[in-house]
Amino acid sequence: MDDLAELKQLYFQECEELLGEVERHLMALDEGSGDAETVNATFRALHSIKGGAGAFGLQRLVDYAHVFEALLDKMRSNEIPVTPDRVKVLLRAADVLTDLIRAMQSDTELPQDRESEMRAALETLAQGGEVALGAAAPAVSKPAVAEAPKAAPASAAPPPAAPAEPAPISHRYRIGFAPRADMFKRANEPLLLIRELGGLGMTSVEVDQSAVPALSDIDPEAAYLRWTIELETPAALDAVRDVFEFASDDCDLEIADLSPRAAEPAAQEEPAPVAPAEAADRPGDAPADLPAEAAAPPVADDDAPAVEAASPTPVKNTQAPTKENAAAATPQVSSIRVDLDKLEKVVNLVGEIVISQAMLAEHLGALSIDKFGGLAKGIEELSQHTRSLQDSVMAMRAQPVKSVFQRMPRLVREVASATGKKVRLVLHGEETEIDKTVIEQLYDPLVHMIRNSVDHGVESPEERAAAGKPVEGTVRLSAGHAGGRIIIEISDDGKGINRERVFQKAVAKGLIPADLSLTESQIDDLIFLPGLSTVDQVSNISGRGVGMDVVRSNIQRMGGRVSIRSTPGQGSAFTLALPLTLAVLDGMTVRVGDEIYVIPLANIIESLRPTARDVHSLAGGGHVLRIRGEYVPLVDVGRLFGVPNAASDASKSLVVLVEAGPGDKVGLVLDEIVGQQQVVIKSLEVNYQALPGLSGATILGNGRVALILDVPGIHGVVRGAATQARAASPMSHAQQVQA
Amino acid sequence: MNRRILVVDDSPTMRRLAASTLRAAGYEVVEAADGQAGLDRLVETEIHAVVTDLNMPVMDGLMLTERVRTNPQTSAMPVLMVTTESSPEMREKGRIAGATGWITKPYAPQKLVSSVRRICQ
Repeated sequence: MDDLAELKQLYFQECEELLGEVERHLMALDEGSGDAETVNATFRALHSIKGGAGAFGLQRLVDYAHVFEALLDKMRSNEIPVTPDRVKVLLRAADVLTDLIRAMQSDTELPQDRESEMRAALETLAQGGEVALGAAAPAVSKPAVAEAPKAAPASAAPPPAAPAEPAPISHRYRIGFAPRADMFKRANEPLLLIRELGGLGMTSVEVDQSAVPALSDIDPEAAYLRWTIELETPAALDAVRDVFEFASDDCDLEIADLSPRAAEPAAQEEPAPVAPAEAADRPGDAPADLPAEAAAPPVADDDAPAVEAASPTPVKNTQAPTKENAAAATPQVSSIRVDLDKLEKVVNLVGEIVISQAMLAEHLGALSIDKFGGLAKGIEELSQHTRSLQDSVMAMRAQPVKSVFQRMPRLVREVASATGKKVRLVLHGEETEIDKTVIEQLYDPLVHMIRNSVDHGVESPEERAAAGKPVEGTVRLSAGHAGGRIIIEISDDGKGINRERVFQKAVAKGLIPADLSLTESQIDDLIFLPGLSTVDQVSNISGRGVGMDVVRSNIQRMGGRVSIRSTPGQGSAFTLALPLTLAVLDGMTVRVGDEIYVIPLANIIESLRPTARDVHSLAGGGHVLRIRGEYVPLVDVGRLFGVPNAASDASKSLVVLVEAGPGDKVGLVLDEIVGQQQVVIKSLEVNYQALPGLSGATILGNGRVALILDVPGIHGVVRGAATQARAASPMSHAQQVQA
Repeated sequence: MNRRILVVDDSPTMRRLAASTLRAAGYEVVEAADGQAGLDRLVETEIHAVVTDLNMPVMDGLMLTERVRTNPQTSAMPVLMVTTESSPEMREKGRIAGATGWITKPYAPQKLVSSVRRICQ
């Protein structure tokens, strides 16, 4: 990829950020929390988009952004006041801008209509008119892709290139040049200008020093010199004037054309090195500048570009920079784009190195440290480097969730508009970084849950008003770190889950027996069951034939967990707990009977050897551990997995206290802790099949396979068994065990 | 002797575009994302000319230029102002602030180089 194409990609990336900013500011204005600086910041962001678009010759984008920006300019000067209705139009206009940019990035053709409509709306507003937007306007829109890739953007095609043959016409100019003191104040240097004139042709320079006073009278900031330059050049008068562009207001300048054919039009100026400079200076024709100039020789005295410029075929706008590069030295690039597959390979290799390193460390244990001290030291260093290597690779893949989050406001707007609701989306923790692979898999579930919140959660404005709530509903989307995991929460202040209806529905569909008694949170969990949809008519908003069960299995596939919490009349909240990475984890290896298991370190709170006094049996079977006034359920890992010879009496063995969910603790009963190490996760689903209570497997240093415990999963399995519900029943959210 | 140019622009793309163009033309380039950062660079490093965008957060290009002019250490520093509008008012504002020259976005790379050459040897 050449330098400019790469810069263009960078520009599009920047556009994404700027669009996010525009959106954020407009939302603030929409909520009434914006001020003058918010309008200003929106203007700046648009301005940057426009500036970049101009640099890359994206004329259509320049035009659109310009209209948009012009309106904002009037708004920031309060010529046109910011009103909620106008902000709504701006939001729509920003959506169209997004489509336009995405289409340009993917080089696809975008239909004109929405753009023209929006442009007209913006122009009307800018002229002080009003615009009413139809509510039906935003079809759930994707940029119209899939059309034939566009050839070179028509608008960017340069006008027919200049004639290649230099016109042998020579001009003679006499230039009288007398700088004033102001010129020096602005750091303009007369000698540079005279030197530049010298670059145009042959010069003879005379300096008039007659105005210079006696040394004692010299004012160091004044100007005393005056030059007369005679110039013989093929360049036209304009090119000569152009040299004095920056100085013309701060000097006395006279240019006389002494050429015999002074009337000659300036058409032949092209081969002169300053010609491009000149073309760009004419105000008003800015759009045409770039291609025209790109076609002109970048540097003087180089034949090749001139020949190329003469070619009658329109030059693609990416081609010009290539030429620019030819003239350039090495391009400076400080970031590169890497195929995710390649990164994936590195991650896997690092995983293998971690295993090999563990193996070496294991064998080292059998050797005498006296004889093999050097080896031990080497392996210790190796393990440190392996760890930094791993961290670095993981950091390469980490990305802020912002990239996914910032696509949501638009979704909310569209769903709200299609369902006639008023909804505000509040984002939190967009900077939280997650592994790229997790982010990619996050998009679909998030879209689904947010649609759900807007479509099913938030009530219609009338219902809300009747319930005494603000007419506008709020959906919150937040991300943050907790306990070595990423927690993402989607909450709304809507009506909450209608438990009776969910229960009836589940019974009617034969998913649960009618006489089953469930706690409230267990009923809420039913919505994750396949085949349960409480909406009789599947709306095309949340529908898509995908249910919450698919969301849950998607999240679980990446080692995450999703739970729901709902309060009737007050709203619901989905909580996603995701692993930081999908490839490795810090684990504690523990022995249960003859088997070795791995407990993710992130889950572990503490380990202890309880006394018999602290262990209590429950009426319905099972035990709880009393610790610091709190009761924690105990899980006998050996019994759970049918391991022979495993410890089962908690008071005589080891208990590892783990966190199964936020504030939700479980004690695992096992024989002993073996050690702590990083393990590379091998998927059970890929290599064998998914098993409840286990999240994967790993290979230990001695070559043995150890299973990785899925702590919240175990908790769910145990609880499911305790409440007689089906083994696959939805895993429940935090619930303190009552003693 | 390499001349070192300070490029001030809040847009990383535009900044890099300018920087790579100038580097290709043989200049050394120092970058800053807003006027204040630009002033900081001027204090830290030896700079021979400034190319600054106009619209920036924190401190805009006009303010930066004024500061450069009023500081005796940098008052003779050439400043090239990059504007989007080629309006005479904008140019006048820039002149009053003390800009040495100006260039209108979008500009061709060669135009940037020739403008910088015009204000800085």
